[in-house]
Amino acid sequence: MTKDVMVIGGGIAGIQAALDLADKGMIVHLVEKTPSIGGRMAQLDKTFPTNDCSICILAPKMADCFSHPNTNVITYAEVVGVEGKVGSFKVKVLKKARYVDETKCTGCGECLEKCPSKVPSEFEMGLSNRKAIYMPFMQAVPRVMTIDKEHCTMITKGKCGNCKKACKREAIDYEMKDKILELEVGAIVVATGFDSWDPSSATEYGYGRYPNVFTALEYERMINAAGPTHGHIERRSDKKRPIKMAFIQCVGSRNPQVGHPYCCSVCCMHSTKESMLAREHHDDMESTIFYKDMRACAKGFWEYIERAKRDYGVRYVNSDATVQENAETHNPIVVYDVGGRQQSEEFDMVVLATTLVPRKETLELAKVLGLKADEFGFLESSERILEFGKTVVPGIYLAGYAAGPADIPESVAQGSSAAAKAVEAIVQAGG
Amino acid sequence: MADTIKVDPKDKPRIGVFVCHCGTNIGGFVDVKSVAEYAKTLPDVIYATDNLYTCAEDGLVSIREGIRKHNLNRIIVASCTPRTHAPLFQATCESAGLNKYLFTFVNIREHCSWVHMKEREKGTTKARDLIRMGVARARLLIPQEEQRVDVEPSGVVIGGGVAGMTAALSLADMGFPVHLVEREAELGGFVKNLNNLYVTEKSATDTIKPLIEKTKAHKNVKLHLGSQMKSVEGFIGNYEIVIGAKGAEDIKAKVGTIIVATGALEYVPEGLYGYNQYPNVVTLTEFEILCKKKALPKMKNVAIIQCAGSRGQVKTYCSRVCCNVAIKNAINIVDNYDNMLGLAEQLGTVIEKVPVEQKVPEEIIERRRRRRGRERGEEGEADEVKLGPSEKIEVTVFNRDIMAYGVEHELTYNKAREKRVKFVRYTTDHLPRVYMEGNQLTVGYFHETLKLERTMPVDMVILSTPLVAQPDAGDLSQMLKVPLGQEGFFLEAHVKLRPVDFATDGIFVCGTCRGPADITEAVTQASAAASRAAIPMAKGYVQAEALTSVVDENKCSGCGTCIQVCPYGALRKSEKGLAEVIVAACKGCGCCGATCPEGAITMTNYTDAQLLAEAKAALQEEV
Ligand SMILES: Cc1cc2nc3c(=O)[nH]c(=O)nc-3n(C[C@H](O)[C@H](O)[C@H](O)COP(=O)(O)OP(=O)(O)OC[C@H]3O[C@@H](n4cnc5c(N)ncnc54)[C@H](O)[C@@H]3O)c2cc1C
Ligand SMILES: Cc1cc2nc3c(=O)[nH]c(=O)nc-3n(C[C@H](O)[C@H](O)[C@H](O)COP(=O)(O)OP(=O)(O)OC[C@H]3O[C@@H](n4cnc5c(N)ncnc54)[C@H](O)[C@@H]3O)c2cc1C
Ligand code: SF4
Ligand code: SF4
Ligand code: SF4
Ligand code: SF4
Ligand code: SF4
Repeated sequence: MTKDVMVIGGGIAGIQAALDLADKGMIVHLVEKTPSIGGRMAQLDKTFPTNDCSICILAPKMADCFSHPNTNVITYAEVVGVEGKVGSFKVKVLKKARYVDETKCTGCGECLEKCPSKVPSEFEMGLSNRKAIYMPFMQAVPRVMTIDKEHCTMITKGKCGNCKKACKREAIDYEMKDKILELEVGAIVVATGFDSWDPSSATEYGYGRYPNVFTALEYERMINAAGPTHGHIERRSDKKRPIKMAFIQCVGSRNPQVGHPYCCSVCCMHSTKESMLAREHHDDMESTIFYKDMRACAKGFWEYIERAKRDYGVRYVNSDATVQENAETHNPIVVYDVGGRQQSEEFDMVVLATTLVPRKETLELAKVLGLKADEFGFLESSERILEFGKTVVPGIYLAGYAAGPADIPESVAQGSSAAAKAVEAIVQAGG
Repeated sequence: MADTIKVDPKDKPRIGVFVCHCGTNIGGFVDVKSVAEYAKTLPDVIYATDNLYTCAEDGLVSIREGIRKHNLNRIIVASCTPRTHAPLFQATCESAGLNKYLFTFVNIREHCSWVHMKEREKGTTKARDLIRMGVARARLLIPQEEQRVDVEPSGVVIGGGVAGMTAALSLADMGFPVHLVEREAELGGFVKNLNNLYVTEKSATDTIKPLIEKTKAHKNVKLHLGSQMKSVEGFIGNYEIVIGAKGAEDIKAKVGTIIVATGALEYVPEGLYGYNQYPNVVTLTEFEILCKKKALPKMKNVAIIQCAGSRGQVKTYCSRVCCNVAIKNAINIVDNYDNMLGLAEQLGTVIEKVPVEQKVPEEIIERRRRRRGRERGEEGEADEVKLGPSEKIEVTVFNRDIMAYGVEHELTYNKAREKRVKFVRYTTDHLPRVYMEGNQLTVGYFHETLKLERTMPVDMVILSTPLVAQPDAGDLSQMLKVPLGQEGFFLEAHVKLRPVDFATDGIFVCGTCRGPADITEAVTQASAAASRAAIPMAKGYVQAEALTSVVDENKCSGCGTCIQVCPYGALRKSEKGLAEVIVAACKGCGCCGATCPEGAITMTNYTDAQLLAEAKAALQEEV
C-alpha cells in the first residue's frame, strides 16, 4: 500500500497532474520518454486564444514541476512493466542511458561545439540540426545533455570522444548502461499526448515534393524567435519571405480514406493563430484559410476568429483544397472550389493543418498497463460521460491528448481531474 | 535550503541585477549586454550580468551563486512578467537564503522589447530607465514575514447540477466534508430537461440517476436543497457561510474552500425566426422535453436552425454544444420518431407551444424529395437507399459551421449524413427566414451553391439557441468577490493554465457557469476544481503573501471608505471603530490606500517611499 503516484508523459497534461498531486503532499514519479519534459506545448510559438508566448507560460511550470520537493522527474525513460493493482502497482521503468551524468552536467554547452555529428532536430521538426550530444531546446528541464547513441561515433565506432575532452565537469560516461527502476505506486496517470501525422502520403497536398509546403508544427517552430530561423518566415526553395500565405485545414483529418475520420479539435484555431502571427511579424503578410467548418467553439474562440478577420485581415474560404506547384517559381498553387466552380490561386507558402494522431508507442504502453485504445489509438475511458479519464483498470486514469483531441485548457483541466481521481482511488483503497 | 541571510533594513544595500535576453524576445530588440553594463554603474549595484534565459536552470544558478559570492542582499531580474515568473525568482532567492521580499522584478519584455521591436536604440534606453527605477526601489526594500493561515478542511459547492454533484463527490471521496447547495428542490440541474444524451444515446435521467443517488447517500456530503447562499465572509481557509432556505432557519458553517457550479440556461429566442409567433417553432430544449414526454406532433419535414442567437447574432460566442445536440436530435427524429410520437397520437395530446399539426400530402413530400435529390445531383440514388422506419420524415439542419469537434461528434455527424439528415449552410449575409405561407410554416433560405432563394414548407422549426449565463450570476459574483467575464459567465484566473481557478485564492469554478460545455467537459472541470480545492485543504494551511495594506491607527478616522472599496472584502471595522486589515484576504491591490482621505493606509513592500524613489529615478536624466 502506498500513496505515491506515477504520471506517464511530461506534457502540459502530465505536468499539471504531477503538480496538483505534489501540492497535496503526495510523492509523484513523472516518467518522460524524451530528454526533457514540456511536450508539444514547448514547441508552440504563441497560444490561442490570448496569443501569449507558449514557452513563457510553460517554463515556470516545468521548473516548478522539476524542483518541487515532492516530485521525482525521470526523463529519458519509459514504463516497461506493471504488476499489482490500485494501492500498490509495481512499475518497472526503463531509464535509458543518456551517457551524461545528470548530477554533474550543468548544461553549459561546452561539449556541443566539439561534436562533429549532425542530426535533424526532432524538436525543430527537422528544420535545423542538433548534435549527437544535445539538449532538445534551450529551456529544457532538466537542463542536462543527452547523447543520442545512434549518432555518436564514439558509441557506434569507438571514434571521437571530443565531448568528454571538452567537458570540464567530467559529466560524460560512454560506458553508461540502461537501468531498470522498480517503483511502487498507488495510482497511475497516463498523459502521453500526440504526434503530427506525416502528410507525404497524401500526394494531393504536395508535402515533401513541393518545397514551400509546410506542416503547422514546422511553421510554429519557424515563427518562434528561438526557432531554427530565429523567427524569420522563409520559403524552403529560396529563403525568401512569403507574403501570400495559404493555410489548409483538415489535412488527413475528417477523412476516412486515410484512416482519420475524426476532427482534431485544435487546428482551426491554431491556423487562425498562425495567420494572425504572420501579420504580427510583417504588416504586408496576407493569409487565407481554406476550411470545411471553422471549429472555433470553446470559450472566447469565435470572438478570436472575428478578431482575425477584422483586425488581421485573415480571409476564410469555405472549401476543400489541394496543392499544385508553379514549377518555375516553386509557388504553391491552391486549387479549391467556390459555389461549385473550381478556382486556383498562387501563394508563396502553404501551411497544412495535419491530423494529430496518438503516439504509436502509446499502444504498447496500453498493452503493458492493460488499457483499451479505440481504433485510432486514443486511449479509452471506461465511463464516457460522467467519469471521463477513468479506465478499465481501477487506479489508472487518463489526461490530455492521448485520451482524445484536447487543447491546452482542456488538457490542464483533465490533468487536474486525473489527479483528483488518483487521490480518490488511493483514499478509497485505504491509503 | 541555504541558511537564512539576515538583512537589517539599515544595512547598506548590495544589489544584484540579472538582465535576461529571453532568447531573442528581449535580446533581439534591446542591447542586453550594454544594459547589464549600465546597471553596474547604478548606486549600490554590486553585480550585474546578462542571461540567455534567466528562468532556465543555469540562470537560476547564476542568481544563487551571485547571492553567495557577492553577498547580495537585493535581487533584480529584468526580464518578462511577474505574473508568470515572480514566484520562480522569489523561490530562487529563498533557496539561497534571501527573503523573497528583497527581490524586485523589472519587466523589459512586455513593457519594453515587445513594444519597441523596431526601435532598438530607444528600447535599450527605456530598458535602462526601467532598471534604474527598479534599483531605486530595491534600495528601500525590507524583508517581510509571511503569515501562515490555517485552512478548514471542508468545502461548499454551489449548484447541484452534474458539475456540482461531481465536485462535491470528488471532495467527499478524498475525505473532505462538503456542503452542497442547490436552489431547486431536486439535484440534476439542466440535464433533468433532456431526453437522451449524445455519445451513449441513453436516457438523460437514467444516466445521472446513480450520480444523484451517490450524492445523496455520501456520508461526507451535506445536502441543502431548495437553498441558496445568503452570505459569505472571510478568506481562503476561513469562510463563514450562511445557507438559507425558504421557511427554514439559516444554517451557518465554516468552510475552507468554495466551488461555484451554478450552470447556465438556454437563450430564449424572442423575436427570432418566428419564435412565439408561429406554431411549432420551438427551442432545442423544448424539443427535448417534447421527445421525453413522447409528445411530438405529426411531422414530415423538420428544420433545425443553428446559431439562433449566437456567434454575433445576439450573443457573441459559439455555444459549443448545440451543433452536437442538434445532430443528436436529428438522428433521434430519423430513428425514433414513431416512438416519440406514440403517446401523443394515443392521447391526442396537444402541447401549448405546438398547437398545430400540419398534414402535408404524402405525394408532395415524395416529389419534394426527388426534386431536392436532383438539386444535389443525386437523382436516382434517392430511391435506392434503404431508409429506416421513419423514411417519410426529413430533417434539414441549417448551419454556419458544424462544430462536431473531436472523435465521437465527427463520427456522429457522419452517421447523421448517412441517415440522410441534410445539412444546408447559410451565411450571415443570408439568414434563413421563418414565416407562414398561408397556413404553412415555411423556411426561406439562400442556396449558396445555386445562388438562389429557396423555400421549404416545414412542420416544425427547432431553434438551436445558445446556453446563457444565469441572470443572477452577478449577485453571486459580488457575494464571492469573483469576476464575471464576457456575456456574464464566470471568469477564470488564466484562460490556459488555470481554467478552473479564480484569481481569488480558495474559490474555484466549473461547468457551464464558466462557459458552454457538455456534461463530460463540465464534470471533468468539476473534478479538476475539486483537485485544486483539495490542495490547501490537504496541506492544512496557506502562506499569505506579505503584500498587504497597513492601517495607521493614529491617522485613521474610522470613516469606512476603504471598507467600501476593497474588492476582496479584506477590511473590517475593529472594536475601536477603526479600519482593520484581514491579512490573509488582502491582495495588496492598493485600492484602499488610494482612497483613504486621511492617508492612513500604506502597502507593505510598496511603500510610498519606494514608489516615490522609483518615480524620481524615472524622471532623472541619464548620466
Ligand atoms: C501546430 C499546433 C498548434 C497548437 N496550438 C495550440 C494553441 O495555440 N493553444 C492550445 O490550447 N493548444 C494548441 N495546440 C494543442 C496542444 O499542443 C495540445 O493541446 C497539448 O500539447 C496537449 O498536451 P498533452 O500533455 O496532452 O500532450 P503532449 O504535449 O504531446 O505531451 C505528451 C508527453 O508525453 C511524452 N510521452 C509520450 N509517450 C510516452 C511514453 N510512452 N512514456 C513516457 N512519456 C511519453 C511525450 O514525450 C510528451 O512529453 C496546438 C497543437 C498543434 C499541433
Ligand atoms: C438542449 C440541450 C441539450 C443538451 N444535450 C446534451 C447531451 O446530449 N450531452 C451532453 O453531454 N450535454 C448536453 N447538454 C449540455 C448539458 O446540459 C450541460 O453540460 C450540463 O447541464 C452542465 O451541467 P452544470 O452542472 O454545469 O450546470 P447545470 O446543469 O445548469 O446545473 C446548475 C445547477 O445549479 C443550480 N443553481 C444555479 N444558481 C444557483 C444558485 N445561485 N444557488 C444554488 N444553486 C444554483 C441550478 O438550479 C442547477 O441545478 C445539452 C444542453 C442543452 C441546452
Ligand atoms: S556535458 Fe559537460 S560540457 Fe556538456 S553541457 Fe554538460 S557539463 Fe557542459
Ligand atoms: S563522442 Fe559522440 S556525442 Fe561526443 S562529440 Fe563525439 S560524436 Fe559527439
Ligand atoms: S479542428 Fe478544424 S482543421 Fe482540425 S480536423 Fe477539425 S475541422 Fe479540420
Ligand atoms: S449551433 Fe453550433 S456553431 Fe452555432 S453556437 Fe451552437 S455549437 Fe456553435
Ligand atoms: S490593498 Fe486591496 S485587497 Fe488589501 S485591503 Fe486594500 S483594497 Fe483590500
